[in-house]
Amino acid sequence: MSFDHSRRRGARSPFSSLTAHGEPWVWLTAGSLAIAVLMIVGLLGFIAIRGAATFWPQPLVEVTLRDGRQTLGEVTDRERVPQPSGEAGVPLERQLIRTANFELTGQHYEWIAADAIQASRLPEWATAVERLEGGRFHGFPVRLLRDGEPVATGAAAAWREYLQIRPAVRRRFLEACRIDRRDRGNLQQQLREARLDVVAAGLREGPESAAVATAEAAEQALAARVASLSEELDATTERLRAENRAWAFEFTTADGQAVVLPVAQMVQAWQPNRLGFFGKLAVYGARWQEFLTDDPREANSAGGVFPAIWGTVAMTLIMAVLVAPFGVLAALYLREYASGGPLTAAVRIAINNLAGVPSIVYGAFGLGFFCYGVGGRIDELFFQASLVADNQSTFGAGGLLWASLTLALLTLPVVIIATEEALAAVPKSMREGSYACGASKWQTIRRIVLPRALPGIMTGLILAMARGAGEVAPLMLVGVKKVALDLPIDGTFPFVHAERGFMHLAYLIYDMGFQSSNSQAAKPMVFTITFLLVAIIALLNIAAIFIRSRLKRRYVMQQF
Amino acid sequence: MPRDTEQTPPAAVLNEQPAAVGDRLLAVANGEDIPSEVHDRVREETPVLEIDRFSLWYGRKQAIHSVSMPIPHNQVTALVGPSGCGKSTLLKSVNRLNDLVQNVRITGDMRLNGDSIYDPRMDVIDLRKRMGMVFQKPNPFPMSIYENVVYALRIDGERNRGVLDEACEVSLRGAALWDEVKDRLRDSALGLSGGQQQRLCIARAIAAEPEVLLLDEPCSALDPIATGKVEDLIQELRGRYSVLMVTHNMQQASRASDYTAFMYLGRLVEYGPTSDIFTKPILRETESYVTGRFG
Ligand SMILES: Nc1ncnc2c1ncn2[C@@H]1O[C@H](COP(=O)(O)OP(=O)(O)OP(=O)(O)O)[C@@H](O)[C@H]1O
Ligand SMILES: [Mg+2]
Repeated sequence: MSFDHSRRRGARSPFSSLTAHGEPWVWLTAGSLAIAVLMIVGLLGFIAIRGAATFWPQPLVEVTLRDGRQTLGEVTDRERVPQPSGEAGVPLERQLIRTANFELTGQHYEWIAADAIQASRLPEWATAVERLEGGRFHGFPVRLLRDGEPVATGAAAAWREYLQIRPAVRRRFLEACRIDRRDRGNLQQQLREARLDVVAAGLREGPESAAVATAEAAEQALAARVASLSEELDATTERLRAENRAWAFEFTTADGQAVVLPVAQMVQAWQPNRLGFFGKLAVYGARWQEFLTDDPREANSAGGVFPAIWGTVAMTLIMAVLVAPFGVLAALYLREYASGGPLTAAVRIAINNLAGVPSIVYGAFGLGFFCYGVGGRIDELFFQASLVADNQSTFGAGGLLWASLTLALLTLPVVIIATEEALAAVPKSMREGSYACGASKWQTIRRIVLPRALPGIMTGLILAMARGAGEVAPLMLVGVKKVALDLPIDGTFPFVHAERGFMHLAYLIYDMGFQSSNSQAAKPMVFTITFLLVAIIALLNIAAIFIRSRLKRRYVMQQF
Repeated sequence: MPRDTEQTPPAAVLNEQPAAVGDRLLAVANGEDIPSEVHDRVREETPVLEIDRFSLWYGRKQAIHSVSMPIPHNQVTALVGPSGCGKSTLLKSVNRLNDLVQNVRITGDMRLNGDSIYDPRMDVIDLRKRMGMVFQKPNPFPMSIYENVVYALRIDGERNRGVLDEACEVSLRGAALWDEVKDRLRDSALGLSGGQQQRLCIARAIAAEPEVLLLDEPCSALDPIATGKVEDLIQELRGRYSVLMVTHNMQQASRASDYTAFMYLGRLVEYGPTSDIFTKPILRETESYVTGRFG
């Protein structure tokens, strides 16, 4: 048999046998797949590597220039530039050094040509300090001061002492911030509400009415109480801050200037040249932790992104919760109940086209309809006092609720289409079996069709979430804020503030990348935030995929 | 009821013809109408279901041509015939599952214990609750074994655990599946083997104690042992249920049924007691089919 085979094949030309076996097509398809996979892996890998490297402590190099100047910094980039005079020859090499100490030198970074460098070394005690204000500081520890008196002198002793006192200082600092933010914020909020009560009473019953008088009396009583409470808070914070003010760390910069930093201003400090791998890992972890859990500082170019993480996750989840029932119900009607006439076909085509509408269009619609239309109406009906007194809208501007609704609208077609496909894929025999048992149409849908279609519906939801979470353009119109430290869900009554603006990672990328004043420092942060955004979307999707695979195991097992 | 038998020529005339495939089947193949041979013994039984000059069209294609047959009460009736002759269609017409297919048109009627099935006032859901059906291919629902079996009771609103548990056990025992699944009632039914799935579907069909049981080749997915069990089950059901069963297996028809109907291209050719159909049929067409010389 095999002999027969080879003889027949030998009779044809090698090329025709090649096409007959389809190998070129296998290569072609495999090649396309390989390129696609390579592009995706490359993209994710690039972002992951750049993003993950940002917080790794780089060595601090002390550079002595030929003109006698000395500077201390991290080498962040190297490049070759052609000779300035245009003549041929070895191109010049230069390095970009993060020199920090902006208040002394007026720059964060400096390009230094290789031939201007006389010597460079890695001093053991070189210290990098992430400050609350003013950006990075690079220098050498000299002594630790308490009330201006040295407590410990010499780099090693001062550093040891600093590590001792730092946790307490940090704790007092955070406590003072918390009092300012939360307790004082609460009092302000109460005062504002009392003031709005007065205005509301005036609007309701006329400016001279008894209600206004009552409200005013209540406001005055509250104001007195708030004043005394504020004094107490002031005393507490002042005590905490005074204790912290006592501590200061004196550094000297590479070119010999003495700089005294209040310890409370030092968010993170590390000495990369002294650290081994695990020491660096600890610093890396601490900086990541700050990044993930802290509020942003200095126009978002430093500090953490916690509010943005929170906003992204909350918005995506609310969007999913809104879009899932709407999409599924719409698809159910379209697939199960609507007669297959031309109207249904037209609706289906319209939905398909809706999936291709640019997202900014949804943003404009959301702004016009949700914010100004619905929100404006809500404000007129329920929050008029705020509108009159402060000219401040409550629901009439962008906020978490409107943003989520807009994105739900944006992703609705995806969910409808996926759900319809999932419904269509439910075997006819299952439906017949259910009807034969005497089930009504709705019973069949609820007990057989929907469970069976659930994994497919989840697929639609996953696609929707991935699309919605990365969308920036419409959000810029309907509620995302550059800085919004008050989270839409917090400890103050009524706990959920769906009208509040929120921060979003994708918008933060745009903001950091294009609006930052310190663009060199923002660059690695852009990658880090991108990495974080991808990771969060991946995490949300993995959770959904996990649920889907469990559903699949339950409802869509192979028939035999 | 049309009395087709009166117009047919005596069997002897036909038997003289030498062709293996008799004239009637040729006539049917040519699109001519033929009378059905319905044995008198069938008419002596009390019918649970009367099919009365029933015709059905899928769009413009006629799948059933004026079939009239009474289905005897508490007996097993087998429907045999070559593939595509309309057996499944006839079965699905009994519980009006064909309503789900678009462009289906029917004439004639069926009566279940005297109630007209195709009466516009007939509540289809009620009607289907009075019947149980097992399909050609197993179609377990995407839920647990337990929920599959008690599905008909559940949609009827039954919530009493005791009732459900008992119905589940009785039906699974009846379908010869209890011993295999009693420890995994909460597992998904989709994890069962094909044969187990089919027996599960049988259990599901008998759980609500229907008046009529419609079995569409219930054993086509089963191995000989499971087939034997199902045939035993059918024997057990006889006397308690009226069973209308489609089968391609002549041995099965002769073993398990009381009456056998032979269909060809949408027409009822001959219908009588199983023993008569297999040993002394009126038509030699029937004989050649049941002995396997044609079909
Ligand atoms: N939904 C449908 N639409 C159109 N034609 C159909 C449909 N269902 C069945 N038919 C046609 O009706 C005829 C009878 O089909 P039916 O399924 O009743 O055959 P059957 O006797 O059950 O065959 P088998 O033994 O192979 O199951 C066939 O010609 C088939 O093509
Ligand atoms: Mg069939």
